[in-house]
Amino acid sequence: MKERRVDLADEAATRALGAALAATLEDGGVVLLHGDLGAGKTTLARGFLRGLGYTGAVRSPTYTLLEPYTVAVGTVYHLDLYRLADPEELDYLGLRDLDEPGAIFLVEWPERGRGALPPADLEAHLEHAGDGRRARLEALGPRGEAWLERLEALRPDDRMISNRHQ
Amino acid sequence: MRVLGIETSCDETGVAVYDGSRGRLLAHALHSQVALHADYGGVVPELASRDHVRKTLPLVERVLDDAGLVAGDVDGVAYTAGPGLVGALLVGAVVARGLAWGWGVPALAVHHMEGHLLAPLMEPDPPAFPFVALLVSGGHTQLIEVAELGRYRLLGDTRDDAVGEAFDKTAKLLGLGYPGGPALARLAEKGAPDRFTFPRPMTDRPGLDFSFSGLKTHALTTLRGIDAGDEAARAAVAKAFEHAVVETLAIKCRRALVETGLRTLVVAGGVGANRALRARLEALATELGGTVRFPRLEFCTDNGAMIAFAGALRLAGGDAPTAELAVRPRWPIDELTPPAAA
Repeated sequence: MKERRVDLADEAATRALGAALAATLEDGGVVLLHGDLGAGKTTLARGFLRGLGYTGAVRSPTYTLLEPYTVAVGTVYHLDLYRLADPEELDYLGLRDLDEPGAIFLVEWPERGRGALPPADLEAHLEHAGDGRRARLEALGPRGEAWLERLEALRPDDRMISNRHQ
Repeated sequence: MRVLGIETSCDETGVAVYDGSRGRLLAHALHSQVALHADYGGVVPELASRDHVRKTLPLVERVLDDAGLVAGDVDGVAYTAGPGLVGALLVGAVVARGLAWGWGVPALAVHHMEGHLLAPLMEPDPPAFPFVALLVSGGHTQLIEVAELGRYRLLGDTRDDAVGEAFDKTAKLLGLGYPGGPALARLAEKGAPDRFTFPRPMTDRPGLDFSFSGLKTHALTTLRGIDAGDEAARAAVAKAFEHAVVETLAIKCRRALVETGLRTLVVAGGVGANRALRARLEALATELGGTVRFPRLEFCTDNGAMIAFAGALRLAGGDAPTAELAVRPRWPIDELTPPAAA
């Protein structure tokens, strides 16, 4: 499967990667966000939402498990399953009612919802690298591969992925 | 008027009966997942399903027993209708409305955060309206101007992590398990105060909003320079983190009191149990010539008593029974209105 690695020098770079994913989104998508506490999962989600034109506060969904955002292209569901004990608990979120065509899901700690989440297009693995972070984006199917191809086709100026500090 | 209150917005199942005519809490009971988790030093999947369905009715029976009441003695049923997890809210709403229908008494939807901010009013010698409320928990960090029952103005909110969440996540980074906010506070008591300095986010600009996710990152960076076995250094990190949080909250509370011209600060939510925060806000109130009030420790966290109490106040104030079974996972508190004004 197709894969792409990006060095993220700072928080702005993580946000920019989120914005680049938003800029290349087509007709919905499901992105799983992996990484330790403080690796930048929520920051990437914030950049993604900013990229889709959402200007309000993007709060951590750790407590609420789910934060929905209405943007021009549809609804983005930002999930954080850290506190989830059992995938069955996703029923408490009414997740099954949300999985409509064109829906956009960003899921932190997705392994805790295994089997109960919509099929993913991309997996983003975030990890600490020196003072910055490193991201590995992995396509999980043809939709994800096409998404990564669109991401690579972004002009460097549009891509806004900050390698300039290196 | 005796009101049964049912709270199921998140992890805890809380049930209570409040007697509005006598101004007295008759009984309350709580089933919490947190105690189960603490016993095992972290989240144990098999123990933690949000099983309000099995817990709610037995708790209702227990609370009525404890209060020495039978079903016909209850004059109304209040339930948390939001904000919270939609499935968890629906369990409480369905049970509450079913009981109310069966007993032929009004059912009333209550806002979870209104319950929290009114909780200190259940204590003896309650503070009078108006006041400023600081709601600090795992899911919320808000400053609210409370003019009267049902008239609330949001003064400030978090832009990212809630303060309790920042405590829990930093505790996790310190190897204290999750949720570990209280464990962090205990570690901080042993910490040297001046070894590390953490930033006070968003205090250098005007406004009453909060941001706590940067403190977590700061803790992460600081911990990298420390030997994992260096207990004194870890305690000093906990101390510096807690101090930064407490000072940030105190700075914003001072601003809120000065801007509104109010003298009374009411604190609610789980972080309201933090000793360093309590001491700091007591000092602030003394300095400003005002008062600060806290609910008793067991009512800082989610509970049924605050829902029974808010429901009793609203029904006594003339609120009509809630006509529909509808819950609101997202429900801004400033959409509420005083009783009978809706």
